[in-house]
Amino acid sequence: MRMAAKCPLLIIINGLRVKESPMLSQPFKLRKVFLLHVNSPADDPSSVGIYFFRIAISLDEMGARIWIFSVVVAVFLSLSGFSSAQDLQIVNAERRIDVSSHIVKAFLTLKVENIGKSPVAEMLLAFPPTQIKNLAMVQALAITGKKKKKTYLPLDVKPTELSGPPNDAGHFSISFASPLGPGETVTLEVLYILTHSLEPFPMEIAQSESQLVYYRDSAVILSPYHIKQQTTFFKTPSTRVESFTSVEPANRAGKEIKYGPYEDRAPYSYTPVIVHFENNSPFAVVEELVREIEISHWGSLQITENYKLTHGGARHKGVFSRVDYQSKRSISGASSFIGLLAVLPPRVNSVYYRDEIGNISTSHLRTGFRKSELEFEPRYPLFGGWRATFIIGYRVPLEDYLFEASDGRRYLNFTFGCPLVETVVNKLTVKVVLPEGSKDPSAVLPFTVNQDLQVKYSYLDIVGRTVVVLQKDNVVPTHNVPFQVYYTFKPIYMLAEPFMLVSAFFFVFVASLAYVHIDLNIAKK
Amino acid sequence: MAAPESQNLATPSALRNAFGSVLSVLILVLIGVLAFSIRLFSVIKYESVIHEFDPYFNYRVTQFLSKNGIYEFWNWFDDRTWYPLGRVIGGTVYPGLTLTAGTIWWVVNSLNIPLSVETVCVFTAPVFSAFASWATYLLTKEVKGSGAGLAAAALLAMVPSYISRSVAGSYDNEAVAIFALIFTFYLYIKTLNTGSLFYATLNALAYFYMVCSWGGYTFIINLIPMHVLMCIVTGRYSPRLYIAYAPFVVLGTLLAALVPVVGFNAVLTSEHFASFLVFIIIHVVALVYYIKGNLSPKMFKVAVTLVVSIGLVVCFIVVAVLVALVASSPTKGWSGRSLSLLDPTYASKYIPIIASVSEHQPPTWPSYFMDINVLAFLVPAGIVACFSPLSDASSFVILYIVMSVYFSGVMVRLMLVFAPAACIMSGIALSQAFDVFTGSIKYQLGGSSKSKDDAEDNTSTNNAPKDDASTGKTDKVEEIAKERSSKKGKKKEREPAEKPSIRSKIAKKKALVLPLEASIVALLLLIMLGAFYVIHCVWAAAEAYSAPSIVLTSQNRDGLHVFDDFRESYAWLSHNTDVDDKVASWWDYGYQTTAMANRTVIVDNNTWNNTHIATVGTAMSSPEKAAWEIFNSLDVKYVLVVFGGLIGYPSDDINKFLWMVRIGGGEFSHIKEADYLRDGQYRIDSEATPTMLNCLMYKLSYYRFVETDGKGYDRVRRTEIGKKNFKLTHFDEVFTSHHWMVRIYKLKPQKNRIRGRVKKLKSKTSSGSFTKTEKKNPWI
Repeated sequence: MRMAAKCPLLIIINGLRVKESPMLSQPFKLRKVFLLHVNSPADDPSSVGIYFFRIAISLDEMGARIWIFSVVVAVFLSLSGFSSAQDLQIVNAERRIDVSSHIVKAFLTLKVENIGKSPVAEMLLAFPPTQIKNLAMVQALAITGKKKKKTYLPLDVKPTELSGPPNDAGHFSISFASPLGPGETVTLEVLYILTHSLEPFPMEIAQSESQLVYYRDSAVILSPYHIKQQTTFFKTPSTRVESFTSVEPANRAGKEIKYGPYEDRAPYSYTPVIVHFENNSPFAVVEELVREIEISHWGSLQITENYKLTHGGARHKGVFSRVDYQSKRSISGASSFIGLLAVLPPRVNSVYYRDEIGNISTSHLRTGFRKSELEFEPRYPLFGGWRATFIIGYRVPLEDYLFEASDGRRYLNFTFGCPLVETVVNKLTVKVVLPEGSKDPSAVLPFTVNQDLQVKYSYLDIVGRTVVVLQKDNVVPTHNVPFQVYYTFKPIYMLAEPFMLVSAFFFVFVASLAYVHIDLNIAKK
Repeated sequence: MAAPESQNLATPSALRNAFGSVLSVLILVLIGVLAFSIRLFSVIKYESVIHEFDPYFNYRVTQFLSKNGIYEFWNWFDDRTWYPLGRVIGGTVYPGLTLTAGTIWWVVNSLNIPLSVETVCVFTAPVFSAFASWATYLLTKEVKGSGAGLAAAALLAMVPSYISRSVAGSYDNEAVAIFALIFTFYLYIKTLNTGSLFYATLNALAYFYMVCSWGGYTFIINLIPMHVLMCIVTGRYSPRLYIAYAPFVVLGTLLAALVPVVGFNAVLTSEHFASFLVFIIIHVVALVYYIKGNLSPKMFKVAVTLVVSIGLVVCFIVVAVLVALVASSPTKGWSGRSLSLLDPTYASKYIPIIASVSEHQPPTWPSYFMDINVLAFLVPAGIVACFSPLSDASSFVILYIVMSVYFSGVMVRLMLVFAPAACIMSGIALSQAFDVFTGSIKYQLGGSSKSKDDAEDNTSTNNAPKDDASTGKTDKVEEIAKERSSKKGKKKEREPAEKPSIRSKIAKKKALVLPLEASIVALLLLIMLGAFYVIHCVWAAAEAYSAPSIVLTSQNRDGLHVFDDFRESYAWLSHNTDVDDKVASWWDYGYQTTAMANRTVIVDNNTWNNTHIATVGTAMSSPEKAAWEIFNSLDVKYVLVVFGGLIGYPSDDINKFLWMVRIGGGEFSHIKEADYLRDGQYRIDSEATPTMLNCLMYKLSYYRFVETDGKGYDRVRRTEIGKKNFKLTHFDEVFTSHHWMVRIYKLKPQKNRIRGRVKKLKSKTSSGSFTKTEKKNPWI
């Protein structure tokens, strides 16, 4: 078969968790075999076609939790794939995955070498499809200099679409600061952040239990390049690790699980591993956050933030006993959280914290020169699956955030993202309400967001205020970077509303004056 | 009202007149500001939030109105309360308050002022108390001139009784109804004084607003006929009285019948019969006067005998019809609350649900002092002042105060109706007293410095023709009021100009002139009395009446401690239970649960169905299993109890529990109050009866309470609880608030064990025997 001969064939047999069910009598049961992706190369012999089979196998071995992991068979029969993929190779890769909070942070240190003949301007990072949808952010830095003279140079990272790669793997391309010449090497630091990647198991826990989660990843780095040597570390929050997939050499010491070093792995190697460990850090997930930033040229910015908070961890099951929660705090409700911290701008004033039924009294504000901190508690502790909604509002002086650009336009320079620390926001909407009469709004952000324009009517508005709506999904604290909204505004519009009020009062007085002086009687007295 | 009326601004008298008008407008504005701002203590000390229980319902209705519009509102069938019966809100609610706030919200929002519905609701009551004090000014001005009016308005602006119902956040019917009440009375007296049909029509409209706002409108529809009758009996009949009364009854009744909650009650219930009776009488009297005017005295006597004989027959027939109608209705045509007004012991005897509400109890003497303070001493003086001279208007005010004193003595809630009357009377008394004292002082001082300046005669300056009750007096009284509020230096400056007019009047009634020293001392004492009143009112507004009752605070060594447990639990219910779950609690918390937690409740504060409330009371008084069955039959998923034993919150469910037993026992005879009492005493310690210790309310309140301190010491009852360690078999604790004030339990699901048996049987036996086992299964 010509097709099979030309195409790289990757078969991953992915072991699934064994059900502890007595119904399963066979020791080895083939549950599903499905064809995920066929990219037929019949018409285009140069493209890469992959047959990808995932064979899910369930096993039962005497009730024990057994994890079968995969056999990776990666066969490359074609050499006509990515030209750049063949030009670059990764000499050394180290990956440190921090799973100690519910936001998974992975630090990759890659030493990339150009083994081709022509300079290469960019390289690719690959992510499995399960991760690509939870990927909140990818950042890359190039390291130049050695040891003490290290300097970091931020690099441009953008998502790219490739038609070829296996199983819908997603790609990001990193542009080098200067094209990498043949034979040259560069060291890159890549940070990527995953959300919703810790899956609680058991799914439901009672008040006295602590929360155990799965983290699924690959023992080897998924990459379109050949990796000569690589190591992966997992950092767990506590020493309690229920189990982890063993892919030799793999070992655990304290809070760290080490996979590797592995030598000479082919491109798109994938070795699924599952780590099952305790994680009682607060799984604070804001399902929806709407931040409204209202610019008043009279001297302040009013920020109103509407939160829909939930506990994203293992669902709470059964009773909630206050006496246990209060008296045995250490063992009861270990995975629940009550205190939250919001980092607000310095010189913040008129801070309020309330929900739809009134003020919430459990909050404390510390103001400082560099930042203000609002410590607050929702009305009740949040256990797995519980929700709470609240509103935080505050005001900051305008002169700290509104500037005039060189071309005469004004711009607001404010922080994007969610002020709560260690929190994932599933859907963030930032609304910048410009003063009435503003024109030509444009927003400048370091990453892509959905932009929209709306009109809002506020105090005594006639034409309404332009609202710049910025919407982004899956926001993590690293997104708290400044963004700018440019607009043009004539200061004369500021006087419109005072003038309206003055004239309204004037007419009232004139009308009453006229009423008093005009005799409306038909018959003379 | 007090806009400058005089056209001729050239003369100094007119100028002074205009100045006085402007000054009284200014004073009125200040009184409005005072009335508004004294009610803001609740916002400043606590927060801008809706208070207590009923306001939450009104708030929810207003939210619905602002969201869905007026037509949806009239047709609103609320299925989130009184489950599974529901409640027709549009037809059972007095819509005045809701429509008022809804209109304000709509106007404000169409001006693009983005106020929330909640903000509008919170500030409706303070705004309307400012209106009410202006209405008081108008009313008292009609009775005794603008000086008395200003004094009465100032008193009403801060009378504690009214503050208690109209602080910011107290979004209840009374907030607008008191304004409507006073304004209706004002328009009635205005019509009586002027005989203008214009005011008579306005009067009917004001009455319509009152009917929309509050069930207390029956007070108006009984008081005005009484006054008309009194006028007729005392020979004060005049065409003005006819104009004031006849259009009011016809229009007012027609308009009242438009309000869905009143409807045909406006002509069918006994509360309204007095007005119709007087309506007939006034026509008879009018006819008599008309005939008397047309006939010679001799012919008139013949006519009288004729009319009286026919009239007696007609009256007899009418009375017979009325008696028959009244006798045919079970409560003799009177509603329970009205009956308890006539017979103060009626409620406690027959209707525990009315008696269980604290505001339906008769007040104690200290509450009079608390609520009207020094006015209690000024009222008699005001009544005396109203008798000299007695006019139609002053006789109305006298009647008003007499009736309202009686009603306030029956039901503490009606102190609210008494308070404006007391303010009017005290305003008149204060004004007259100041009048006499300052007049005396001026006379005494003026006698020595007679030749300083001679000015024109001022007696006929003011709006004398308008007030036939207080002709010529208004001017003087106004001046006195001015002096009260202005600085002393100002007063001296103006004194010489006033002398002649005062002198001329004082000359007429020299008998009232008092010695200088006595006058000064009396004035000082009066000012002290006023100061005491102000201090008391501010204290009452700040300390006694501003707590929103959904959030409690206590001051201790560490500072302010906040108990926000109610909202904590309501927020929990609202976010962590299914939107269609039913929550059972005692009816006190029904309105709050629907408004704050947005969950369906079984009973709420609109106590329209006694049986339904009794069902919940029975469940709370029953042992766990029986209670579970009752609640399960009502589709209840959560049970909410309020428990104050941990922090010492006295109005919790254990303290209300006897009412649950009584109300439950009233409908279901197996609940007997005696079973819950040990030797007639209500106790929860080890001496308590087993029925008490095993009832659901006890168990839900004290479940695992002993684990907090090891003993189970109840801080409200000041005793250790009787049964300490027990398990719940049919309920699961799902939430307890931070200070244990609210505890929420979930009904355990139907038992698995039996279902498992059914399953087994199903697999083993044929379908015929399966149906047999199903019948035995009590859970399905």
